[in-house]
Amino acid sequence: MTRQLLTGNGAAAWGARLARVDYVPAFPITPQTEIIETLADWFDSGAMPGKLVTLESEHSMITAAGAAAATGVRVFTATSSQGLLYGMEMIYAVAGWRAPFVMVNVSRGLGTPTTLESDHTDVLAARDSGFLQIHCATCQEVLDTILMGYRLAEDTRTRLPVIVNLDGFYLSFTREPVEIPESRAVSEFLPPYDPQNVRFRASAPTSQGVAVLGGSPYSYFRYEAHLAALRGVEVYDEVASEFEAAFGRRHDAVEAYRCEDADIVFVMMGSFSTKAKAAVDELRRAEQKVGLVRIRLLRPFPVEALRRAVAGVGGIAVIDQNLSMGRGGVLHTEIASALYGEQDAPRMLLSFIGGLGGRDISPEELFEIAAETRKAVDSGRAPPTRLLYTAGELREIRKLQAIAEVERREPEQKS
Amino acid sequence: MSETLFTRMKDLPSTHLLGAGTPMCAGCGGLSALHEIYDVLGPKTVFVNAAGCMTLLSVYPFTPFRGSWLYTSMASAPAGAQGVRDALDILVEQERMPEEEDLEVVVLTGDGSAYGMGLSSTSSAIERGLDFLYICYDNEGYGNTGHQASGATPHAAKTSTSAGPRGFAGYKKDLFSIWAAHEPAYVATVIGSEPLDLARKVEKAKSLTGPRLIIALAPCPTGWEYEPRESIDIGRLAVKTGVWPLKEYESGTVTHTIVPSPRLPVAEYLQRQGRFAHLFQPARNDALLAALQARVDAYWDQV
Repeated sequence: MTRQLLTGNGAAAWGARLARVDYVPAFPITPQTEIIETLADWFDSGAMPGKLVTLESEHSMITAAGAAAATGVRVFTATSSQGLLYGMEMIYAVAGWRAPFVMVNVSRGLGTPTTLESDHTDVLAARDSGFLQIHCATCQEVLDTILMGYRLAEDTRTRLPVIVNLDGFYLSFTREPVEIPESRAVSEFLPPYDPQNVRFRASAPTSQGVAVLGGSPYSYFRYEAHLAALRGVEVYDEVASEFEAAFGRRHDAVEAYRCEDADIVFVMMGSFSTKAKAAVDELRRAEQKVGLVRIRLLRPFPVEALRRAVAGVGGIAVIDQNLSMGRGGVLHTEIASALYGEQDAPRMLLSFIGGLGGRDISPEELFEIAAETRKAVDSGRAPPTRLLYTAGELREIRKLQAIAEVERREPEQKS
Repeated sequence: MSETLFTRMKDLPSTHLLGAGTPMCAGCGGLSALHEIYDVLGPKTVFVNAAGCMTLLSVYPFTPFRGSWLYTSMASAPAGAQGVRDALDILVEQERMPEEEDLEVVVLTGDGSAYGMGLSSTSSAIERGLDFLYICYDNEGYGNTGHQASGATPHAAKTSTSAGPRGFAGYKKDLFSIWAAHEPAYVATVIGSEPLDLARKVEKAKSLTGPRLIIALAPCPTGWEYEPRESIDIGRLAVKTGVWPLKEYESGTVTHTIVPSPRLPVAEYLQRQGRFAHLFQPARNDALLAALQARVDAYWDQV
């Protein structure tokens, strides 16, 4: 075991290497590219046996990933944002093939407007695809989750591909100390992939990805995949325990931080939860009973673990780094549907949108969220969804708009 | 062509490998070509399919193939072939699978995918030197959705999106040349109504490695509007009039494998099909017929 300073992208590449992946179909996109560059170097130098192939698009890349997995090898791939959406037809399609592999998504906001910086709108578009989905908060988690991801994907109870998400820039380009496990220990935790009958062999012809006629077989196979995804909760918990036994680190489906006696909790996903942890510590020092619930496993959704984590809490503030136009935060509706009608469910559920397109979330904003939530608990009335946005930011936007106006008029004045 | 098993019609396989009872239309020219192709290729194959008529060959739980099948999407069958080929290569190289378990990877798409949505992934597969065989059944329109105009639709043909008096305004894309410009191992045109020529080309393609691509013109009773029993005749006329040149590309050279001489007038091919009826009724459109003939003549003048 060695400890190195690695970026989130570097940790992802190490995860794939330690998982002894055979095949990496690739396509470059910011902020993911460093992952495939690193892997390409390792394949070139012979440090990794197998093959990396650059396809001409993410649509083809995901097709090749699914097809290779359906042939019986261990596959890894990675993408971001627009690339994920360009491949979205195949995200849904290959999930139905039940051919397991792991794909890293380095999340980045979607156009329009075009941006390179992070939020979760891209990866949430894959939420209903059949891919299982795990969100990481640290570079260590990225490496660990890829190893866990293969166990989860390849388990015969699930047999579904897995997306491991890390936040663009905040994790992808941030160096943190990461423990790189011994490959022998990883081999024990993650044995070679046994494709069983999901493969192409001359002696055992098979048809995969076939069409059906009518809603009855369609419903049957779709629901089978759903049940397999649901079984993923149990499989995930087993894998997390085995991972802890092997490597001493535990990554629960739902991380509850200082929630034991909390009357208010933040609920979030991804790397910004480390900022929220710091805010929780501050608030605790001020003798406020605030905690943090971080959803790591988004699909399957760990309903029971969430209910346990928020039992006895008075108010929840969901902070969504995504925006479902015309509705609001996706995580907020997920939490609401998991808790509605539960006897011990917290009375107040507040929704905040923040961190879109790489915008920071400040400690002061988290303090304010806690105060708003407390107010809602006391008054029994939840405020409408709020965007975290300061007067200063709005002033800056007004300035840009004024400049744009001047720029537009300038040619008129010249002529 | 040298060293072929197929010198006479008698040499063609007499046992047919592809099962009967598929949902293809009666008289499907694509299916007859596929029958002949599959007899030569054999079941040690995995067909990687793109959305099109033939997607309905394998509908759960039935398949006419004795070998394997993977449906992908309309745009990315060559990328699916890449994944399967690479995975098989890795397994053989690392001795995790005996070589006799290996398969020939065959992409099977219609013209809608081959000429349009799938062209980018095909181009890239050729550029990467992928060892695969690509079969395009070309019925000159989006057949499975009711025959709308595609990149393969010939000039003046009536389709369900070009039903006006002038038919389709565009011209059939020269996919053979587009593919050949990539300098792959092999490109050929075939048609089910010329089984000996087809068998020799599939045989040659099978013997080569690298990207090998074959376009089969697929007379289509429902889309071209003729009686199913006429499919073979119409296919023969496509060749005899010079409308569908049978040729192959190898090592930088294009060779015509059947040169129709003398060529029959193009009108003899067109007037058998309802999609060209507006060229003959209510009045014969001599100017357009002459223009269509001139295009075919100009092609053969440069051969």
